[in-house]
Order: sequence, then structure tokens, then C-alpha cells
Amino acid sequence: MRVVVDFDLCESNAICMQIAPDVFEVRDDDFLYILEENPGEDRRAVVEQAVQRCPKQAISLED
Amino acid sequence: MVRSAVTIVGASLAGYWAAETLRRDGFEDRISLIGDEPHAPYDRPPLSKKYLAGDLDDDRLALTTTEKLADLQLDLRLGCSATGLDVAGRTLEVDGAVEPFDGLVIATGTRCRTLPGTVGLAGVHTLRTRDDAAAIRDALADGARRLMVVGAGFIGAEVASTAIGRGVEVTMVEALEAPFGRVLGVEMGAVMADVHRHHGVDLRTGVGVDEVLGEGRVTGVRLADGATLEVDLLVVGIGVVPNTEWLEGSGLTLDDGVVCDGTCLAAPGVVAAGDVARWPNPRYDGLMRVEHWDNAVQQGVHAARRLLQSDEEATPFAPVPWFWSDQYDRKVQLAGRPHPDDEVRVVAGSTAEHRFAAFYGRDGRFTAALGMNRPRQVMQSKGLLEAGASWEEALAFASEWD
Ligand SMILES: Cc1cc2nc3c(=O)[nH]c(=O)nc-3n(C[C@H](O)[C@H](O)[C@H](O)COP(=O)(O)OP(=O)(O)OC[C@H]3O[C@@H](n4cnc5c(N)ncnc54)[C@H](O)[C@@H]3O)c2cc1C
Ligand code: SF4
Repeated sequence: MRVVVDFDLCESNAICMQIAPDVFEVRDDDFLYILEENPGEDRRAVVEQAVQRCPKQAISLED
Repeated sequence: MVRSAVTIVGASLAGYWAAETLRRDGFEDRISLIGDEPHAPYDRPPLSKKYLAGDLDDDRLALTTTEKLADLQLDLRLGCSATGLDVAGRTLEVDGAVEPFDGLVIATGTRCRTLPGTVGLAGVHTLRTRDDAAAIRDALADGARRLMVVGAGFIGAEVASTAIGRGVEVTMVEALEAPFGRVLGVEMGAVMADVHRHHGVDLRTGVGVDEVLGEGRVTGVRLADGATLEVDLLVVGIGVVPNTEWLEGSGLTLDDGVVCDGTCLAAPGVVAAGDVARWPNPRYDGLMRVEHWDNAVQQGVHAARRLLQSDEEATPFAPVPWFWSDQYDRKVQLAGRPHPDDEVRVVAGSTAEHRFAAFYGRDGRFTAALGMNRPRQVMQSKGLLEAGASWEEALAFASEWD
């Protein structure tokens, strides 16, 4: 599973970071960084929640 | 409890996510999604932001792609209104025709309050739907020069900010002394006021609207303090009312929304979600109704699952509410539920620079975090709120911030 963020859409509201802090981080410069581009299968449900709750539909998953 | 079919009324954020969740969880029977708007489910937050500015096309507003929507295999009925419900008889009325239902999700949201005496007057708008937003956008594009926003709420503030960005003169009128005071309290309300004045909004507080002037089309507004202002576009943002008229006499409890139990169940086999639902969130006293995007998504998911669960399996819906609002180049975020007279402490940054995080607390409890261009801190605070951190613990955590 590969996590892809469309940075043109992302507005750094950091909800993804709260849901999956091991995968997403919004730093003090207000930019989003992907900490783990290929999270393990055990993180799928959590990452899918981030996809669902990103208000900008900026996150997608590639298998 | 497994259902043979599910009907969802309201084809917007909560309704869409309810449908998506049912399919994701393996529900294979019929799902009807009934919505009175002619459009496929779309997203509202851009309506007062990029869409209003003319920077977003209609298709970019969609909640999902046409293919994904088709994959859900819904009985999608757009342009149809639910007009009645009989919970005991297990029937729903759609545009006057009665049909049976098995499981039901109520997700009919809210609509805007209007200013008495202005309905039908050209140039006067409220903002809830894509069509509302297109009308305001077109009025701005057609050369509206003087906008008045009535009510300093978040949507009105975003309209003001978008219009300022287009070079329009903007007056914002708020009947209360403190703009946003009902939500943010006086102190933080004043910071928000400062942001708007800084960008050139003529913000007038503690003054109501006496009369809207104009024959057939708005030309001006007389305020309660006697001032008369020329206006060619008026946007009324004085709150919303839940869409529950169609449920009168249904057997459900209606009280500023559809009243549910802690698991989102309003009656056996009937759940409610999103802006229309009122439920006892175990984190807070009394009933709560939340008008935020993230709540509609999460409650839509929770309510859909509830329909398929037995009473024993059901879990309470207990989120810490959270919303964001984009105004000018600022992102405002609030996590939690402050009381207007909670203690407020700025814990990072500075309010003068319009970049800060502030905590609200009361009786030793940490109640909410407000941020302006501080997304990282707001989300960390949301985690603290979810963990039930005390005021002392929250302040200690924030002492690391600059
Ligand atoms: C302009 C605007 C900007 C916003 N910006 C933000 C933001 O920045 N951040 C944030 O957190 N939240 C924001 N929100 C709030 C967020 O969009 C709402 O909380 C969310 O839309 C609620 O979703 P819902 O599905 O519960 O209700 P709604 O989106 O209101 O949908 C209800 C649907 O049901 C339909 N309906 C009503 N009655 C019937 C009936 N009898 N039969 C059939 N259909 C019916 C309605 O027409 C509507 O399509 C904004 C809202 C607006 C309007
Ligand atoms: S939730 Fe979406 S918009 Fe927000 S920071 Fe994450 S990717 Fe960006």
C-alpha cells in the first residue's frame, strides 16, 4: 500500500496527522510531510480513515 | 440487526458516507439515497471559499467521482423530497407516494434562516447550496460593489473574506457586541474582529438591521443605530434550522433536530446523522447538535453501522467536535466545545500577528483549543481533549510550544 498526497489540494489542516501520526506529520512550517510512504497492511484501516476524513480529498492509496 | 434494505434521506455529506459505509462493510441489499437537490452529492465548504471566488468548477465540488458513485450501486433518487414518515407503520412518503422502509438514515441537514421581509427581493441571498453560491458568485462577477453580510458567523466571515479578495467593499453587521462571541467568547471574538478590520471590512457590532430598502431589488439597509448604507448585495448569515418539518407526526422526538440516543438511534431501525441530528455525546452534558463537516462524515459512518448492529453491539458516538474555517490567508480551527465564558489562555504565537494557539478551560478542565494558522497544535490539542487531559496537563503539554 502506497500513500499519495496531492499537495496542490492539501491545505495542511492536519486531521490526517491526528488519525495516523506515524504516517503524516504537519510541521511548524505548516506543511504536510509523509513520514511513511509504504505503511504496513496493519495500518490500512487507519490510513483509510485519513483518506475519508481529509476535507480536501487530497490523500489516495495505491495498492 | 441485519436489514433487508436501507433508505437514506438527504444526499449530502452524512448521507453519502452512510451509503459508502454500508457498502464498505459488506451490505449487499438495496440502498436508496434520496435527495431533494438536483445535484449528485457535493461538498459545501468550498461554496463560501474557492467556489465563490470562481476558482473551482462544478465537477470539482463533487464528493466523489461518477465511477465511484456508480460502484456503490445505489438507487439514487435526486430531485425527490421525503414528505412524511410513519415510524410505527414503517412507511416513508416520497413526493406524496407512500413506500415501505426497513432501515432508515435521516440526514436532511439544515437550511438558512432568512431575514423577515426580504424573501423574493433581488440581491438578497443566503448560502447553503451550490445554487445559492453560484448566484452570489455571479452577482460578484456582474459587478456588485457593496456587499453587506448580516451576522458575523463563520460562513458570513468567509463570504466577506472572499469578496474582499475580489475588491468589493464589505460591511459586516452583527447584533451582538462580540462577533463570533457565542462560539469563541469575547476575547477571541475580538481577535477575529481584528482580522476582518485589518483586511478592510467595515465591521459593525452591537447593531441590528432595522429595514432592508429597495423595490424589487435591494438598494440599501437601515441599521438600528439609524445609519443607512448603500448596498447592492446582501448576504444573510444568521444561522440555520434543522430540516425536520417532514418528520412532524412521525413518532420521532423533534427538538431543534432529530433527537437520538447516544448511539445515533432515533427509533428502532431509524438513525440520524450530520447537521440534523441531536444526541447525548457522553463527553458533554445534555444534547448536542454539531454543524461541522467532520462530524457529518463521522456520524454518517457511525449511524450506518448502528443500523446493522444489535442493541448489545452498539457503541456511543463520542467525538470531540472539530471544524476549520478559511478566512483571507488564515486557517482558523477549533477543537472541542468552549463555553463563552471559559478562561482563555494564549499558549503559542501571538494574537497580534494573527498566528497563535489558545486554550479554553473551566473548573480545572481543558475544554477547547483554537488555532489561527496553527494546525499542528490544534490537532495535538484535539488528541489531548480526546484523552480527557486536565487544564494543568494541557498547559504543561503546550509549554513546549513557542
Ligand atoms: C457555505 C458553507 C461552508 C461551510 N464550511 C465549512 C467549513 O469550512 N468547515 C466545516 O467544518 N464545516 C463547514 N460547513 C458545514 C458542513 O458543510 C456541514 O456540516 C455539512 O454539509 C453537513 O452535512 P449533512 O449531510 O448533515 O447536511 P447537508 O449538507 O445540509 O445536507 C442535507 C441534504 O438533505 C437535503 N434534504 C433536506 N430535506 C430533505 C427532504 N425532506 N427530502 C430529501 N432531501 C432533503 C438537503 O437539500 C441537502 O442536500 C459549511 C457549510 C456551508 C453551507
Ligand atoms: S487531512 Fe488532507 S488537507 Fe489536511 S493535512 Fe492531511 S492531506 Fe492535507
